[in-house]
Formats: sequence, structure tokens, C-alpha cells
Amino acid sequence: MRKGGARLARAAEALTRAVAEAAGSGSRLAVRRHLLDAMTWLTTPLLPDDYLGLINPLWSSRELRGRVEAVQPETADAATLVIRPGRGWEGHRAGQYARIGIDIHGVRHWRSYSLSSPPERADGRVTITVKADPHGLVSPYLVRRVTPGTIVHLAAAQGEFTLPEPPPDRLLFLTAGSGITPVAATLRGLAAHGRMPDAVLVHSAPASDEVIFGTELRALAARFASLRLYERHTRIDGRFTMAQLRRVCPDWRRRHTWACGPAGMLDDAERHWRRAGLADRLHVERFRPTVTVGGIGGRVRFTASGGWADADGVTPLLVVGENAGVLMPSGCRMGICYSCVARLRAGRVRDLRTGREYGDEGQLIQTCVSAAAGPVEIDL
Amino acid sequence: MDARVPERVSVTAHLSEVDIKEIGRELDQLRDEITASLGESDARYIHRVIAVQRGLEATGRTLLMVSILPPAWLAGTACLAVAKILENMEIGHNVLHGQWDWMRDPEIHSTTWEWDSATPADMWKRSHNVVHHTYTNILGKDRDIGYAALRVSPEQPWHPIYLTQPLYNAILAAFFEWGIAIYDAELERAWRGEKSWTEALTQLGGVARKAGRQVIKDYVAFPLLAGPSFLPTLLGNAAANAARNVWSHTVIFCGHFPDGAEVFTEDRLNGETRGEWYIRQLLGSANITGGPLLHLMTGNLSHQIEHHLFPDLPSNRYAEIAPRVRELCQRYGLRYNTGSLLRQTASVWKNVLRLALPGPKPRPADDRSS
Repeated sequence: MRKGGARLARAAEALTRAVAEAAGSGSRLAVRRHLLDAMTWLTTPLLPDDYLGLINPLWSSRELRGRVEAVQPETADAATLVIRPGRGWEGHRAGQYARIGIDIHGVRHWRSYSLSSPPERADGRVTITVKADPHGLVSPYLVRRVTPGTIVHLAAAQGEFTLPEPPPDRLLFLTAGSGITPVAATLRGLAAHGRMPDAVLVHSAPASDEVIFGTELRALAARFASLRLYERHTRIDGRFTMAQLRRVCPDWRRRHTWACGPAGMLDDAERHWRRAGLADRLHVERFRPTVTVGGIGGRVRFTASGGWADADGVTPLLVVGENAGVLMPSGCRMGICYSCVARLRAGRVRDLRTGREYGDEGQLIQTCVSAAAGPVEIDL
Repeated sequence: MDARVPERVSVTAHLSEVDIKEIGRELDQLRDEITASLGESDARYIHRVIAVQRGLEATGRTLLMVSILPPAWLAGTACLAVAKILENMEIGHNVLHGQWDWMRDPEIHSTTWEWDSATPADMWKRSHNVVHHTYTNILGKDRDIGYAALRVSPEQPWHPIYLTQPLYNAILAAFFEWGIAIYDAELERAWRGEKSWTEALTQLGGVARKAGRQVIKDYVAFPLLAGPSFLPTLLGNAAANAARNVWSHTVIFCGHFPDGAEVFTEDRLNGETRGEWYIRQLLGSANITGGPLLHLMTGNLSHQIEHHLFPDLPSNRYAEIAPRVRELCQRYGLRYNTGSLLRQTASVWKNVLRLALPGPKPRPADDRSS
């Protein structure tokens, strides 16, 4: 609910500016912003957005949100969520991903998903396509539990898994499973403009009916003579190996390649391209596994100050930081006052009171009652 | 349980070291149990309270726009007063304790929250969460004992200034948020040389910046916006602020100053165990009995005992924790200080009046049972 002191100074002249701009040729957005600045005097210490967001969550630009408008099943364990982004969404390029935050049992969880819709989509909505991981928490929830109307939290699209403009003449897409999602956005974008470069899509999935976007991909390949689709059904034909690439796509060396899929496949691909001396022609999209392996103690890095220390599994991170000379905020040192909270950049920590291991990227943790459970990075 | 504790050596003398350890273990377990069960219904609760509070505030302020009509003034002022009370008590105080941090929602989080009170959230978190909740009822450590201005315990040495405390406590009630803001700057510590005047004045500057905006909102911006209703709007806002101040003063004073709330000496802190810490929180706090509406309007500080045992558990859970804490007190022969709002308030004022005068003889210091 806090805002910077700068807003204070700005707000005084905001109303006059807003009126002037409304009379002149100022953009609607600027007028809106100035009006909201002026309104802050009526809502302090809250922001006007805090009230607007209660009427319609998508009106608040404090926190980027989206409303799930449809959930479309793709395969038995994958679904596409059609999301209308709220105020503040700045669009995306085909191939990028966005972080999606969803409240499950009252707790917000963030995960990254490729946007499967192209920016060319006319209705302003975006889609993510999620495959349920039977051992996961968020993906099964998104696939099976989310209903239209659900509000999700969004972060700006990011990522470099995109085609340059203009796209190269010859393309190869190497994908497996839900790794098709960013490539689907790219292919859909190309198709929307009616120009498909010479492209080969080598895609692996367990079986024909488990190919996400299977029908659409086959239709695209039928529509564009320049797009060739090689589907690999691994349950019958086994895993696709790099040795087989030459046969499926003999001119792979002459193509720019975009690869997305399981870590093992990407490791193989990187090795294969490196050996051929073509590492710069391969573009890879990886998602960090969401479950970090825990442990007892580990190296603690303080990313802002550059400090680090090796911690055992019983010393509070507060003490670890202090001993390493890091300026640690603190208060009661017993887990009640929340003066010591810091942002977890990576790794997992253990609550010394309960022994429970917890921690997601970006989560605020109480350093005075948390110890390292494996390597940890803290934003201090 | 509610009867006054007669003259005694120590209220914990009958507890063995094993008992104290067991009390600590049981309360830790209760805490874990509640923490593990937090979920969607809790999240729904706080979201609902926030929505109701903001709705009430918007309604109240809208009604005050036409407050030249007396019924609109009355209804608008009432809505705004209730909204301000909810904002401070059930929402602000509890969010700033980190009670809702587990939701990982940056919009309802102790590190980002700011509230409709003269004191800035950061200052409050230090004076309240750190000092008061850590050193609860330790003489010379817990500045909340009488808020450095009142004599609320016989152990505090008498001074002629206290003769006026019934009067200035009444004035404090009406302007409580300002009293707290100034109190949070710890001027008396600067006076005694325990902190620099520069620091204290910087803090007061922070109060001025923060509170300045509140003052402009309530006493300039909204009255101006109301046009012909300028004066009634200004008076309505002042009345709502005063009502919130008197109410929070009343509730907060019932938390530690009624009869039977124990104070402790500093040596108690030496090697204080988890169990002893819990017992100090328990014996130093007092509850108010009542229904769900009273609990909501007090920000669940009617469960002051449970709040002091578990300051970071969501306030909507204190009601279910209370009977279990009470049962534990019964089992271990510890006083569970509770009474109606009227009774506890009368007890507070009786103490404020009595302790304005010298004496009585201080109660014997609580010697640690071990």
C-alpha cells in the first residue's frame, strides 16, 4: 500500500495537469494517471487502485492481474487457459513466457509458462497451455481445478526464445511434450501473416492423441507446403535421438534451430550442435525445475551485498548473514516481529521452529527462524 | 478463574521446571497445528474484511458529501468511524504483525502495508512488534507499560505529575493516534540520552509527512470536495477519528492494565526459556469477553492473551485457540484474566485513578519458579 515520496510532490500539480491534458491532446492514459495521482489525496495511505481493484480486479495496475475466461482441454492431462490480462499488460512477442501467480489454499504460487498465443491474437487475450505434472502442485491445479472467472496474477512477458525480424529463411523446431507451447505461438504468429518460411517441426509426444495442439499442427502442415511436421510417438517408436536427426532433417546444419523440451533432450541437443561447431545456431528454452532439492545447510549467497557463507542446517540465516558481515535487518530474533524478512532468490530453507522445509523463488522469509536447506540465495 | 488473585508470593511458584517446559511444548504444538491448517477460508476472511472496510469507508465518505442533511451526517460518520476502527484494529494492526504474510500476497503483507494512523507503519512495527511484544510487561523494558506517560502499576515509582493522569488519560483517549505517534518517537529516551535527538526528530519528521497526508485528506480534501457540506464533513471526519481513537484506547488499555495483569522485573529475562516466555505473555495480558462482533471490532485484541502468545497467527483463529489456552491455564493453575468490556475498562480506570496517588506497596517481584 506504500508509494514513493516522489508521488507526494507529483500529486499537488496533478489535477491541473490532468485538466490541461484532457483539454489538449494528451493521451487518455496520461490523463488517467494524473487523475489517479490526484485521487491519492483522497485514498491515502491506500492508492485509488486499491479501491478500483475491489470493483474489478483487472482495473488495478498496482498488481498485474488477469481473468481466466476459458479453460480448454488439449489432451487428457493438458489444458489451455484463455486469460484476459488487466491494466498494465504490455503485450508479448511469440515465444516469450510469463510468470503466473495463482492462490492455492490461500497461498500465492508463481510459475513460469510459455504463452501459447501469438501477439497477433485479435481479442487481446493471451493463452498458456499447461501439462499437469502428477507430482506437482500448481500445474494440476491449473489444468483441473481452475474455472473461468478465476483471477490470476501476471508478470510482464519475458524471454529471448523469439524469432528475429525478419525470420531466417530456414528454420528447425525441435520440441517435446509441452515444449511445443512457445513454438506454437511462433507458428501461429507466422500463419497469421500468411507467410511460412521453410520450417521443419520435429515434435515428440508419447502418442498421437497426447500431442498438444496435434490437430492444429497437422492442419498447419497441410496448409503450408513450406512447413514440414515430423511427429514422433515415443511410446511406440522410442525416444528421439540426435543421431536420428540427420535422417529426419538432412539439412539441419543449415537451419536456425529453436529447441524446447525436457532438460535431457536439451542437453543432448546442445552437445550435438556444439560438436558440429554450430552452437550459435541453436536457441534453447529451459525452465528451471520448480522443486529444488533440499538438504541440510549449504552455501548462502547474499545477492545484493555480494556476501556469502557456508551455513549448517541449524544456524538461523540471520546469524549466518551477520557473521558474514552482511547488514541484516532484525528485531526480536525469535520469529514474532517480522523485522528480519528478506526475499529468497533461490533455494529452500527450513523453519527452525517446525522443522518444515519451505521457500519458493521470490518468497519473503523470516531469516531469524530459518536455516539453509541446501544452497540458498537471499536478496540482501 | 476471574476472581482477584489474593496477596501471593509468586503466581508461578507452584510450577516445576518440567511443568514450564510442558507448557512451552503444548503451546508450540498448538501453534504448529493452527499454522498447518491455514488455508483458503482464512484468506477469504481477510479479503472479505478488507472489502467490507473499504466499502464502508467509501459509503461513509459519499454520505458525508451531502452531510448538510443531518441523517446523512449521522450515517456517514458512523460508517466512517466503523471503517476506521476496522482498518486500524482487525486489518492494520494484524497485517503489520505479519499475520497474513503466509499468503505471500504483496498487497496484504507486513512489509508493504501502510495504515490510516498518524504513526508510520515502520515506526510502529519497531515500537510495537519488537519492543512491546518481546519485552511484554517487563518494567523498564516494555515502554507500553503506561506508554511512558501513565502510572498503571504500583511498581512504577510515583511522581507528582501522575496526579494529573486521570485528566490526561482522558485527553489521550480522544487523540490516541497522535499520542502513539509521538510515543513511537521515544522522546523520553532522547531526553534521558538513550538515543540521539537527531534520530527522534527524524522520526517525528516521518510522522509529520505521513500524518500530514491524513490530515489533508480528512480536514481539507474531503471537506472541500463536499462543497456546501464543508463544515459537516469536516466535523464528521473529526468525530470518526475521535471515535476510533477512544475505542482503540479503550481496547488497548484493557489488554494489559486491568487488575491482575502481572508485571515482571528485568532479571526475568536472564535465560528465559520458551515456556517462561509464554507464561509471561499469558500472565501479562487480559482478555475481553463478548460475541463475534466485539471480537471483530477490537481487531481480536479481545483475545489479547492469545494474541500475545501467538502474535503472528491470523486473528480470526484466536477465538478457537482461546478455550484451549484457558483449559491449559486451568490445568496448571495459572490465572486467565478475562472479563466484560465494562468490567475490564472499569478496572483500568480504577487503576489510573488509584495510581495517580502514591502507593500502594508494590507487589512482590515475580521470582522465577525454578
